[in-house]
Amino acid sequence: MSSSSSSTVWKRDHFIKNPFLRWTVIILVTAYVLYALNDMNLNWARMKSGLPRAVDFFHRMFPPDFSRWTMIQRGVLESLQMAIISTTISIILAVPLSLGAARNISVRWVYLLSRAFVVVARSFPPILVAIIFVKAFGFGPFPGILTLAFTALGFMGKLLGEAIENIDPGQVEAIRATGANWFKVQLYGVAPQVLPRYVGLSIYLLDINLRASTIIGIVGAGGIGGALFNAFHRYEYDTALAILIVIIAIVLVMEFISSKVRGRLQ
Amino acid sequence: MTAVQKHIWKRFSRKESLERYGIELVVLLFFLWATRSVDIYWPFIADAPHQAVDLVKRMLPPNFSFTGDIIPAMIETINIATLSTLFALILSFPIAVLNARNTTPHPTVQAIARVIVVTSRSVNELVWGLIFVVFFGPGAVAGIAALTMRSLGFMAKLVSESIEEIDHGQVEAIRATGANGAKVFLFGVLPQIMPTIMGTTIFRWDINIRQSSVIGLVGAGGIGILLTSSMNLFRWQNVSMILISIFVVVLAGEYVSASVRKKLI
Repeated sequence: MSSSSSSTVWKRDHFIKNPFLRWTVIILVTAYVLYALNDMNLNWARMKSGLPRAVDFFHRMFPPDFSRWTMIQRGVLESLQMAIISTTISIILAVPLSLGAARNISVRWVYLLSRAFVVVARSFPPILVAIIFVKAFGFGPFPGILTLAFTALGFMGKLLGEAIENIDPGQVEAIRATGANWFKVQLYGVAPQVLPRYVGLSIYLLDINLRASTIIGIVGAGGIGGALFNAFHRYEYDTALAILIVIIAIVLVMEFISSKVRGRLQ
Repeated sequence: MTAVQKHIWKRFSRKESLERYGIELVVLLFFLWATRSVDIYWPFIADAPHQAVDLVKRMLPPNFSFTGDIIPAMIETINIATLSTLFALILSFPIAVLNARNTTPHPTVQAIARVIVVTSRSVNELVWGLIFVVFFGPGAVAGIAALTMRSLGFMAKLVSESIEEIDHGQVEAIRATGANGAKVFLFGVLPQIMPTIMGTTIFRWDINIRQSSVIGLVGAGGIGILLTSSMNLFRWQNVSMILISIFVVVLAGEYVSASVRKKLI
């Protein structure tokens, strides 16, 4: 046997095959992480002192205190109302927006305008939008509804717009060939092709909006989040846990319904 | 004479139409119930456009000289996002393995893993932020902990789903060579889920960039703290500058994440 047999020793494939690229990525990522860890000034003494506070926190959290049930109920109801109103508004407005954001339907300046709106609406987290709207319009569910509708429109405009861009142009041509006007072409040529996607996205949107509506109250935009924030600030951690349990339950129920409906649509 | 039957084409049969009207009616009723009972003082809304214009006027022009204060806060924001994604990756991996049907050692263990995943995902990062600020006090540490907790379940869920979908032939083949359990995992399972792990990590990093700009609102570090203080001081031109920089960083993060994913996967 010659020494060449050693070269046949099997080695597993690396995830990044190019060794130069692999090591560059590894070294860069490691260097950055070390820098970031150092820059954070992680104070171990302070982290250690957090431990007894965490234990104390859990002691005061249990058992959950549901005695403020009417307040919780009011907050949950408001979250639900906000989610329903904002979802309805955004799925209606999403129709013109996503037609505008589809390159194959709209004219150039409408397309650019719609896309710009989508990019802006999608880039900001809902809480950030909520805090601005609260400053502009005052506390309560109204800025909350605006927030949810705004971010939802960004989401719908992107996904539905892309769905419209991917339709089969043959069907649109066929309807146009019958002499149908613009609206009829959209209604009979475009709409049937994207309708299942539209309905699925609408349900998903309700799911997303309900989730967000339980949180944006933290900055004063209505819903159960405000009650949660107050409970934390009054150190009533048992009430906070009760509210959290209710929020988790609603979110899970909605997620279940939404995934069932979407599963049936496909 | 035969009766000429008129065929008029309709999109939907009568049953379909009724079904559709039924669903539309239910949606409408929900909407009406919600709008009638929601606690909104409607006259305020008439004033809303005026208020919005007023706020925008106060925000313009953005204070570009504030960039010097923004940059260090922004770097902290990005660092929070990266470190929390890294910690979540490390912590989520064992949970994903314990949570997957085909790699879990015992159904009880799987149930525990599932509880961790569900809790992590259904509690918002701001709420995690509130909790960790109680533990560690305000600052970046609370933010890293909050985003780690939030990302954990998301990553564990996606990775464990991908473990459940692996090709068992490859696992069998490795086992047939006489490899032990660890080696079966390393050579049979890991290569198959590696793309998902990488993809999920990069995707989550992108999400965490967005979220880490927000958690400062509850005191958990990053640019959000600067935003809150500027707002409390009514420095609206600084606020608009912060918003612009968040927008830029989020877009840049999305671009980086998209191009890295395209390159690696």
